[in-house]
Amino acid sequence: MESQLARIEQSFNARYSLRVREALDELHHNFTITDPAFPDHPIVFASRGFLKMSGFLREEVVGNNGRIFQGPKTNRKTVMEIREAIREERAVRVHILNYRKDGTPFWMLFQMSPVFSKEDGSGVHFIGVHVPLRRNKKITNDGADAAWNEIAFRPCRREVCSDSLVELTRFLALDTGTSCKGVEIEESCEASELEKHRAATAINNILSVLARCSESTGRMVCGKRCSLPAAGLINSSLNISLGRIKQSFVLIDPHLPNMPVVYASDAFLKLTGYDRHEVLGRDWHFLNGVDTDSSVLHQIHESILVEQPCTVCILNYRKDKSTFWNRLHMSPVRNATGKIAYFVGVQMEEKCKSQDRRRLSPEIRQLGAVGAVKGNNLWHRWTFLYTQMVPVYERYLEKSSVADMVVGIMDYFDPGSYARLTTRLNPFNSLPGTSSDSVRLSEVDQGLH
Amino acid sequence: MMLRIKRVPTVVSNYQKEEGEEGSRRGGGCGRNCLRNCCLQGARLPLYTFKKVDRIATDVLEHGKSEPPVSFLNSLLLGEWEERMQRGLFRYDVTTCETKVIPGSHGFIAQLNEGRHLKKRPTEFRIDKVLQPFDENKFNFTKVGQEEMLFQFGESEDGEGQFFTDATIDPENSPSVVAINVSPIEYGHVLLIPRVLDCLPQRIDRDSFLLALHMAAEAGDPYFRLGYNSLGAFATINHLHFQAYYLTLPFPIERASTKQIATLDNGVKISELMNYPVRGLVFEGGNALQDLSNTVSDACICLQENNIPYNVLIADCGNRIFVLPQCYAEKQALGEVSSELLDTQVNPAVWEISGHMVLKRKKDYEDASEENAWRLLAEVSLSEERFQEVNALIFEAIYYSGNGSGADSENVVEDANAKHKSTEKVNAINETSHSAMVTGSQGCIVLQ
Repeated sequence: MESQLARIEQSFNARYSLRVREALDELHHNFTITDPAFPDHPIVFASRGFLKMSGFLREEVVGNNGRIFQGPKTNRKTVMEIREAIREERAVRVHILNYRKDGTPFWMLFQMSPVFSKEDGSGVHFIGVHVPLRRNKKITNDGADAAWNEIAFRPCRREVCSDSLVELTRFLALDTGTSCKGVEIEESCEASELEKHRAATAINNILSVLARCSESTGRMVCGKRCSLPAAGLINSSLNISLGRIKQSFVLIDPHLPNMPVVYASDAFLKLTGYDRHEVLGRDWHFLNGVDTDSSVLHQIHESILVEQPCTVCILNYRKDKSTFWNRLHMSPVRNATGKIAYFVGVQMEEKCKSQDRRRLSPEIRQLGAVGAVKGNNLWHRWTFLYTQMVPVYERYLEKSSVADMVVGIMDYFDPGSYARLTTRLNPFNSLPGTSSDSVRLSEVDQGLH
Repeated sequence: MMLRIKRVPTVVSNYQKEEGEEGSRRGGGCGRNCLRNCCLQGARLPLYTFKKVDRIATDVLEHGKSEPPVSFLNSLLLGEWEERMQRGLFRYDVTTCETKVIPGSHGFIAQLNEGRHLKKRPTEFRIDKVLQPFDENKFNFTKVGQEEMLFQFGESEDGEGQFFTDATIDPENSPSVVAINVSPIEYGHVLLIPRVLDCLPQRIDRDSFLLALHMAAEAGDPYFRLGYNSLGAFATINHLHFQAYYLTLPFPIERASTKQIATLDNGVKISELMNYPVRGLVFEGGNALQDLSNTVSDACICLQENNIPYNVLIADCGNRIFVLPQCYAEKQALGEVSSELLDTQVNPAVWEISGHMVLKRKKDYEDASEENAWRLLAEVSLSEERFQEVNALIFEAIYYSGNGSGADSENVVEDANAKHKSTEKVNAINETSHSAMVTGSQGCIVLQ
């Protein structure tokens, strides 16, 4: 965890400069900033207002995922809505029940907005603004009154029982001596227009600070996706999903001439001794060396061409030139259209043959990684993402070109259509109605919902 | 009048064949490595045992700080599944099927799958009885070859989850197994067969439902759902089984809004689905996992006993359970469904109702729209009036058993039956506010 925290800090500074924390601390809002590029999408910045509101210390928050503020009564559907928004790299606004460090629950308006790199359109951070909701004090069954003392409440309870069932629930509650808890913490609480406005303003202010700070490092950001991510690049939501797979594996893009590596798991880096930036973009057989059997390489290449899986045993070289026998399994991974998007290669070091009967066999463990990649159906997600984005683009392009664009999006992994698509849409800034500096959150919001 | 419909069943096992079909090369006899006494001796199948949990691990409680890695169960299931793929046991490669999300606010998912349904003559299915006795002569999961089985799944005896690569299949333990579905809808499509050797008919009981819930919890992946179809709601095989698969998209039913209508003593929260073409109930919460499981089981048992076909979706790692009574098969048998809808040959089982439509014809796939999907599913739903009647039945059943001192499901079922001799009594509950419910070990009496 230690080195992860250092990496988090370094990454944040690298994009926004050292001044950023000071600048963010000048804002009085309650907010967090998270980074999906790191495993488990941790919080990388928490404002002073947020820490005060939640009762946590900075070191207890930074490096952890936002789920630490959720608890048993947090609505599961709301959690799902946030998760989906993250995976689709879009804005969301929900009412959610969060828990302070001392365990007391409180209702909050949570508004989250992605931050995109201006350079390549990839999602780089998420801003989460938290607005505590003001409610009038009311009696609850379980004596949680004490915790609400400090905040003034207003009534916001909605009628929970439908007319047709009101009799039923009432009789369930009455004579049997048990309560059908009509007034309870789980109910949602509607935010006022003022509170919603406050959240939107906060997002805009934070984005302005981030945009300004990023100018000095040259790695500029903006609140809207300004360009479509380059073909082959893994976006943040794929990153999160793939990051859960603990085996050593890579994804290669077989459509490009040198079949480069587009994703490498942490376990792969550990096995081979390379850093991530040394691996991404390199051609697929960079692990091979002088003594690697070329006929085996040929076999792998053949399998890729005929779109078939294969398992080989191959001599590979680490960064420090030491060798190891790699039991490599390659398998095609298809996208939503049924066409091949990537090849996954799962490595297993052939060292000890002893089999622990209580663990998965090496073969199954290896195939488990393949399954996890394929089963993730991440390619469906891309389709979903772009079908959501179409309405946004629709406002800036002619209707006829939208249909064209949808086709292009569906064929996302076809480099040809992709190229046509991006030329039309880039740069986003120059299209009428957009401004490169200010953030039109409300527009993005409307378009995506 | 016995209600029947003609349909082409989906084949879930390579060993499944139509009744009356000429003996195929897999027909008759044995040497097929099945699960019956002829082949069971000395058979081995990996065994995964789970530690019984009191609560579903909401992330904060169990995993606290770090994102749960792909769970062991997932690696096992996906790894074995992929291995069977490479062995060629599936009827087609589901990853080559085109899938898309239909534009619109609900996000219905459509898949073009021309290979799923057989190009065979349709057979007749009896659909008017939700409970039918097990018939040894028909296809059942003991006739499946062991290569289609992935692993055994059960509760650990010593309170610690364990895995044994090389376990024997011991009939004494009444093992439950996970098998592949050879006509998968998605990657990783499997069947969970509780106590396979006991040959239970397709009907939910408390123990089996709890097992299914544990599987959802063990997988720990909100995109891994389990589903159940009762007879009359498009279950094809009358041998107790659940289905499961991965789809890393939210199901439209999961995104639908809900309106809370009750919270029970045991902490289970019950809501109604709103703004969704099919009417149904959503169950969540519960002081312990067992509470949620028992409440839902009792609701299902009530439906079964009242001959109401239904589907169940277990979502969000077992934290949210959808129960959907339906009437499509009956409508079809009575000739009340438009031929246009019938032509699509979509049998609205749990996955379709959840919003994942598998379409056989390219035309239907290309023309798929939110409107079409909605229209089809609306045919499946009970009317508002009928739904409220059914709700009343369910509430009585679960309320009674929630208060009973661990009365086992059979007693509950009996009493529920006795109460519902006529629907008049049931309607009375809705009408007057003076009716009271007296509970006790004798049974429920509704006073008017």
